[in-house]
Amino acid sequence: MRVANIQVSETPVVLYALRRADDALILGHRLSEWCGHAPMLEEDMALSNIALDLIGQARELYTYAAKVEGKDNDEDRFAYLRDVRQYRNLLLVEQPNGDFAQTMVRQLFYSAFADLYWRAMMTSRDATLAAIAAKSEKESAYHLRHASEWIIRLGDGTDESRARAQGAIDHLWAFTGEMFAVDEGERALIHADIAIDPGSLRGRWLTTLSAVIREATLDLPQTDWMQQGGRSGRHSEHLGHLLAELQSMQRTFPGQTW
Amino acid sequence: MYTQALNTAEADDRGLEDAAKAAQFQARIDAEERIEPNDWMPAAYRKTLTRQISQHAHSEIVGMLPEGNWITRAPSLRRKAALLAKVQDECGHGLYLYAAAETLGTSREELVDAMLTGKAKYSSIFNYPTLTWADIGTIGWLVDGAAIMNQIPLCRCSYGPYARAMIRVCKEESFHQRQGYEIMLTLCRGSDEQKAMAQDALNRWWWPVLMMFGPPDATSQHSDTSTKWKIKRFSNDELRQKFVDATVPQAQYLGLTIPDPGMIQDADGHWRYSEIDWSEFKQVLAGNGPCNRDRLAARRKAHEEGAWVREAAAAYAAKRAQRRTAQAAE
Repeated sequence: MRVANIQVSETPVVLYALRRADDALILGHRLSEWCGHAPMLEEDMALSNIALDLIGQARELYTYAAKVEGKDNDEDRFAYLRDVRQYRNLLLVEQPNGDFAQTMVRQLFYSAFADLYWRAMMTSRDATLAAIAAKSEKESAYHLRHASEWIIRLGDGTDESRARAQGAIDHLWAFTGEMFAVDEGERALIHADIAIDPGSLRGRWLTTLSAVIREATLDLPQTDWMQQGGRSGRHSEHLGHLLAELQSMQRTFPGQTW
Repeated sequence: MYTQALNTAEADDRGLEDAAKAAQFQARIDAEERIEPNDWMPAAYRKTLTRQISQHAHSEIVGMLPEGNWITRAPSLRRKAALLAKVQDECGHGLYLYAAAETLGTSREELVDAMLTGKAKYSSIFNYPTLTWADIGTIGWLVDGAAIMNQIPLCRCSYGPYARAMIRVCKEESFHQRQGYEIMLTLCRGSDEQKAMAQDALNRWWWPVLMMFGPPDATSQHSDTSTKWKIKRFSNDELRQKFVDATVPQAQYLGLTIPDPGMIQDADGHWRYSEIDWSEFKQVLAGNGPCNRDRLAARRKAHEEGAWVREAAAAYAAKRAQRRTAQAAE
């Protein structure tokens, strides 16, 4: 039996919620891959905790997207029955865990943004998004603290950890620009005070980040080239493998209740 | 973290271990008093508990692997979050238990090294593979169920830190067990395919779960002194029977068949199970279970690949301390 991908009516609000839900799910999934394999038990706990926060955010956003869309989609159909081209997450969050430095740099880049983003979104005229923002903001603040502390330890630790942290920053930097990009649909939501302009956060994001990087005795790259495409479903090759695993049960045993 | 602040080293005990102290110690145990880290205790009591608590901790940590195997493939977001939270709980139990073991004077690093080098054991059940989603339900239902049977009496163990750890651990385990049973219930009320998946999992896990209670009383090495010291309050066979009696009606409610055609209910209501194949248990303990090599390899890999991270954290902490000292001196 063929398992069809679902059709999604991507109205501006549905698409907006799906993009943030996909960010949270994919990053949460990546972090959950560490569970049982982290450098120390305390990190098995911490990374699982952050993953759980993110998966929780994803579930709320998917559920809201389903409600706005008003069809028979739900959180699981969005997560398990869309293929790579239908996923709308940032390229940054789908990048593989790599070593612990890569995972932490990815987290720092994302959380430094998410912290500002969710705080700003608390003023959204959309009551549901504002409520999700209020909860996510608290979570993001501690995700940011956790990642910052690790980057400082790694940067100012040993020669090896410093080299790995710098390598991870250089590797992942080109995926940060996408966080601040806005398309036409989102522009309309920003005008309607439903969404906030992420571009307005870039200065503060850079300030937060620079302070951490400086204390870690590391450097931010000087290159301006930024990789984009995730928001419109043009992903890296990594996402397909992640989804093959994530969706394997739903694809193998279609239409069942678990 | 080391436990140098605690003042009883094993070497001192040996010199002091006179009959009067031992008698006083046993009197406290008999009066159901809790023994605390700084109290005098026989060296053998310390050794037995260090072994038992650390094995228990290792089991929690190795136990993260078979269940962790399904976190990335859980069939719904609700199941994914619940499983991740569950495996995280097991990690928390491990940490908590290592801390309890450290109060007896051996560091977590030493205990973990003993596990990684294969010197220390962990529960044999985690050397079996999780092949389908139903295995996740079965582990919650049966493996955590068996663990609860073993651990409820440990809440009254004579050693205070272990007893207190067990109270918290048991609360979380009973939640895990209900969660596992609910997975099974969903499968058994689902399609034929799902029900077959549930039965297959029960078939594979039933006998290894019965082995979790340890060798039969007639051949058990540790029970006598452990009972005298009130570390252990029920024998292996007693706990195993309790577990079987509790589990058979649960399987019946699910509509699943226990894979033991010889099982009968006796006049007292006890379900009598067939002979357990102890040669399989011995093989698994000897390192020849289906996943022994994989489990140890995974723990070693995490440990080795994490070494540079732990070194960095230590180096950074040392630098910070040095800077503070330098600042204070200015």
